[in-house]
Amino acid sequence: MAMVDEPLYPIALLIDELKNDDIQLRLNSIRRLSTIARALGEERTRKELIPFLSENSDDDDEVLLAMAEELGVFIPFVGGIEHAHVLLPPLESLCTVEETSVREKAVDSLCKIGSQMKESDLVDSFVPLVKRLAAGEWFAARVSACGLFHVAYQGCTDVLKTELRSSYGQLCQDDMPMVRRAAASNLGKFATTVESTFLNAEIMTMFDGLTKDEQDSVRLLAVEGCAALGKLLEPQECVARILPVIVNFSQDKSWRVRYMVANQLYELCEAVGPDCTKTDLVPAYVRLLRDNEAEVRIAAAGKVTKFCQLLNPELAIQHILPCVKELSSDSSQHVRSALASVIMGMAPILGKDSTIEHLLPIFLSLLKDEFPDVRLNIISKLDQVNQVIGIDLLSQSLLPAIVELAEDRHWRVRLAIIEYVPLLASQLGIGFFDDKLGALCMQWMQDKVYSIREAAANNLKRLAEEFGSEWAMQHIVPQVLDMVNNPHYLHRMMALRAISLMAPVMGSEITCSKFLPVVVEASKDRVPNIKFNVAKLLQSLIPIVDQSVVDKTIRQCLVDLSEDPDVDVRYFANQALRSIDAAAVAQS
Amino acid sequence: MNGGDDEDVVVVAASSGDQSPPLQWRFSQVFGERSAGEEVQPVDMISAIEFDHSGDHLATGDRGGRVVLFERSDAKHSSGGRRDLEETDYSVRHPEFCYKTEFQSHDPAFDYLKSLEIEEKINKIRWCQTANGALFLLSTNDKTIKYWKVQDKKIKKICDINADPSGAVGNGIVANGVPEALRLPVVTSHESSPVAKCRRVYPHAHDYHINSISINSDGETFISADDLRINLWNLEISNQSFNIVDVKPEKMEDLSEVITAAEFHPTHCNMLAYSSSKGSIRLIDLRQSALCDSHSKLFEEPDAAGSKSFFTEIIASVSDIKFAKEGRYLLSRDYMTLKLWDINMDSGPVSTFQVHEYLKPKLCDLYENDSIFDKFECCISGNGLRAATGSYSNLFRVFGVSPGSTETATLEASRNPMRRHVPVPSRPSKLGSILGRAGGSESTAGVDGNSSNALDYTTKLLHLAWHPNENLIACAAGNSLYMYCA
Repeated sequence: MAMVDEPLYPIALLIDELKNDDIQLRLNSIRRLSTIARALGEERTRKELIPFLSENSDDDDEVLLAMAEELGVFIPFVGGIEHAHVLLPPLESLCTVEETSVREKAVDSLCKIGSQMKESDLVDSFVPLVKRLAAGEWFAARVSACGLFHVAYQGCTDVLKTELRSSYGQLCQDDMPMVRRAAASNLGKFATTVESTFLNAEIMTMFDGLTKDEQDSVRLLAVEGCAALGKLLEPQECVARILPVIVNFSQDKSWRVRYMVANQLYELCEAVGPDCTKTDLVPAYVRLLRDNEAEVRIAAAGKVTKFCQLLNPELAIQHILPCVKELSSDSSQHVRSALASVIMGMAPILGKDSTIEHLLPIFLSLLKDEFPDVRLNIISKLDQVNQVIGIDLLSQSLLPAIVELAEDRHWRVRLAIIEYVPLLASQLGIGFFDDKLGALCMQWMQDKVYSIREAAANNLKRLAEEFGSEWAMQHIVPQVLDMVNNPHYLHRMMALRAISLMAPVMGSEITCSKFLPVVVEASKDRVPNIKFNVAKLLQSLIPIVDQSVVDKTIRQCLVDLSEDPDVDVRYFANQALRSIDAAAVAQS
Repeated sequence: MNGGDDEDVVVVAASSGDQSPPLQWRFSQVFGERSAGEEVQPVDMISAIEFDHSGDHLATGDRGGRVVLFERSDAKHSSGGRRDLEETDYSVRHPEFCYKTEFQSHDPAFDYLKSLEIEEKINKIRWCQTANGALFLLSTNDKTIKYWKVQDKKIKKICDINADPSGAVGNGIVANGVPEALRLPVVTSHESSPVAKCRRVYPHAHDYHINSISINSDGETFISADDLRINLWNLEISNQSFNIVDVKPEKMEDLSEVITAAEFHPTHCNMLAYSSSKGSIRLIDLRQSALCDSHSKLFEEPDAAGSKSFFTEIIASVSDIKFAKEGRYLLSRDYMTLKLWDINMDSGPVSTFQVHEYLKPKLCDLYENDSIFDKFECCISGNGLRAATGSYSNLFRVFGVSPGSTETATLEASRNPMRRHVPVPSRPSKLGSILGRAGGSESTAGVDGNSSNALDYTTKLLHLAWHPNENLIACAAGNSLYMYCA
C-alpha cells in the first residue's frame, strides 16, 4: 500500500510524466524512480511499476540509459535480495536495444544485481536470462550476453556450467563480427570465473579461435585479452600458449594489431615472467620500435620507459637504447614527440653515468628538434632530468631551446612554454632565471595574442609566489607599473590585470603604497574599457586592503567613476560600490 | 581469406552451369510515373538507389534531400491469397515492392565560412546491419553523412493517468484534484507506422564533395570519399574520423587526378578499392599502414597507342565501381564502357563492354553540352553473371559478364522496355560489344550511328541497382522508379 507520509500529488505527477511527450519530463521522472517506488510501496513496485517499465523499451535513448542505471540500484525498493529477480525482465529488454551505451549500462546493472543474488535465484532466473540473450535473434542481445557470463557462471551447477561454456564458445564463432568482438573483450573476465581445468582446454581454444579471426577488429580485442588470460594461467602454460600468440601478433599483417601489441607489451611481460621477456619479448619489442608504420612506433616509443623498468639496465642499454637513438631522429615528428614525453623517465633506470653517456646526447638532440611539440615534451619533464644530471650541464642547451619556443610562431606553443616557466624557475633558481628569462616574461605581457598576455599575467603572479614579494618588488613590479603608461590601451589593461592578480600575493602594504596610486591614476584614462576595468579591479582590492583605505581612496574613486558618461563604467563602478556596502554590513 | 586464390590468375567461371539462357526482361513496377505532359520538378529527380542486403528493402534518395523506402510485398503474404492464385500460371514469382515510408534526410544548408550553398541532394545511400527489426541506413549529401533508423513504431494512447486535466469523475480524483491512490498510466497501442529517426550525424570531415560511402564487413566502420580524400569512421563515433587516403598535391595547380568512387571489399575488412578520374582503380590494404597513400594494386587499361584524342582522358574517368558479391570481381563504369576486373589480375580488364559506342562521333557535342561529365552508375547481379548500366534516352543495358556469354539487352525505362528495340538496331551490336576490344567497334558504329539521331541527352539513366538475389533491376528515370524483372 502507498505510504501516506509523502504528499501524493507530486508523486502522481511524476508517475504521469513517465509517459509525457516531453523527453525532459520523462527523464526527470525516471531519475526519480526511487521516489515513485517508495510511494508505491514494495509490493506495488514489484507488481505494477516494474512490469510497466518492462514495456517501456522503445523510449528515447537518454530515457533508457537513465532507466538502466536506476534499475541497477533498485533492489531495496522491490523488497530486498529475495525479490531481486523481478528487476531482470526490464533490464533484459534493455539489453536488446541497438544503442550501445544503453546496452552497456543495462549489462552493468544486471551484473550488479546478479552478483548480489542468492545462488538458487541465480540458477532460476539469471542463468536462463543469459541463455536467452545468448540465443537472441538479433546481434544486440548476443553482444549483451557476452558481458553477463562471468556473473552467471559462479554458483552454477556443473551441468549448467558446461552449457554456459559451450554457449560462450558459440558466441566466439558467431556470424556477426559485433558479437565476436564482445566475446573477445569479455573473455578475460569470463576466464577468471572458470575452473583451471576448463581454462586450459576450452577457454584457450576459444582464445585461439579469436586470435585467428578474419576480422582485424576481433583480433585487436583478442590482443587485449592476452595479458588478462596470461595472468590466470600457470607460468609454464602461459609461456606455452600465450607467448607464441603475442610473438605472432607482434608480426601481424595489420598495423593496428601490432599497435595494440606495442601498447600492451609491458603488461604481457609481467604475465610471462622475466626469462621469457628477455628471450622472446625484447626482440618482439625491438621489432615494434623499428616498425614500418609510424603509428606503431608512436605506441612503442610511448612505452619505452615502462618497458625498461621491467628489464635490467644492461639489457635496456644493449637492446632498447640503440632503438631509442634511432627514434630520436625518426622521420615522423609524432614518434619523436612520443619519445620525448617519456624518455626522461629512463634516466633513473639507467643511472647517472649511463644517462650522461647515452641519454644526454639523445636528450639534447630532441631539445633542438625542429618540431616544437618535441621540445616542449622534453621541457615539461625537466624536473626528472634535473634530478639525475643537474641543471648546469643542461642550461647551455636548454636556454636557446626555451628562447626559441618563447618566440615560436604558433601561439599555442608560446602558451605551453609559459605554463612551464614557474617549473623552470623553481628548477633553475633565482640567479639563472633573472639573467635569462625575466625579460621574456615581460615580453609576453605585450604579446599580440590575448591568451598569451593573460597567461603571462598569471605567470607573473606565480613567479611572485615562487620567489617571494621582495624579489617581485625588484624584478616585476617596476616593469608592470611602467606598462600602465603604455600608449596602447590593451597593454595598459594588461598591467591592470597583472596588478589584480598580484595584489593578493603581494599583500596589503605593497598594494596600498605601490598599486593603488597607479590604479587611481588609471581611473582617469580616456578609454572607457580601462575605466571599468579599474572599477572591477578596485572591487577585487576591497578584501585585501584596510577598511580605512577603502573608505578614503577606493570609495572616492568609485564614486567618481559612477558618474562617468559611459554606461558600462557606471555599471561596474556601482557594482563595486555595492560590494563595499555589503562588506561593511557583513563586518558590522 | 588470404589464401590460395591469390595465385590462380587464369579466369575460370565459378561453375560450369553458368551459361543460362539469355534473360527475358519485362516491366514489373513503376513508382512516381510521370503523366503525359507533366513537368519533372528538379527536387523530385532520383539521385541514389540502393537495395539492402536481403533484398527486402529498397531505398531511393532524391535531389530534394528525401529518402523513400520500399518494402518487398510479395514474400510476406504468400499463403493462398487471391493474387497468388491468379499468379499461379507464372512459373517463377517475381519480387514486388510497395511504398513503405519516406523522410527528409537532408536540408539545404549554407557554409558561412566559405560562402557556399550546400545542396540537399542525396548522393549515396548505403544500408547498414539490421537490428531488432529496425532498418538502418547511411545517407549523404555533398558534405554531411547521416545515420538513420527506421522502425515500425506503435502509435500509443495513454490513459488512466492520475491527474486528469478534464477532471472526469470516476477517475480516482477527488474534488480538489488530489488523487486518492496512485496509479500507473495504462498504455494501449494501436496500429504501427514506420518512423525514421536520425541517430547520428557525421559532419565537417570533407572539404570537397562526398561521392561515395561504403560500409565495412566488420559492421562497425565505414568510409566516406570526396574528390581528394577518403576518411574512415566508426559508426558509433560521429565527431572524429581518420584520413586514410589523401591525394591532394602540395600545390593545387599540380592536381591531375581526383577520386571518383570508393568501395570496401564485401568480405575482407582490410581491403578497399577506389577509382580515379584518370581511369585507374586502386586497391589498398588498410593493414599496411595508417595512411594508405600507396596502393597495393593498380588496375589500369593498358594504353592503346596512337588513339589519343582530346577526349581520351575525359571519357576514361571512372564514374562508379562495384564489387561483385564474392569480392573477386570488380565492375567499373567509365563514360563509354563497362569493365569487369579480376582483382587477381592487374594487367587489364577481364572484359570490356561498349555501352553506347554510337556516341563516339558525337563526343564533341557531348563535351559542349557537358553531358560528357555525366556520372553513370553500374550494378552487378547477385550471382555475378550479369551487369547493367545506364545510357541516354532513358535506356539501360544488361550484359552477360560470365566468360563466353554473349548476352546483351537494351531496355528503356518505361512501361514498355522493348519499345525501342525494333527501330534501334542494338541486336547486331551484341556480338560487337562482347567481342569488345577487338573489331567490335567497326561493325556497330555504322548501324548504331543511325539511331542516335533520336538520342535525348537530357533523359539519362544514371542510377540503377540490381536486386541482391533475384533478377530484378531498379532504375531511375527522372523522378520515376522503374523495376524490371526476368
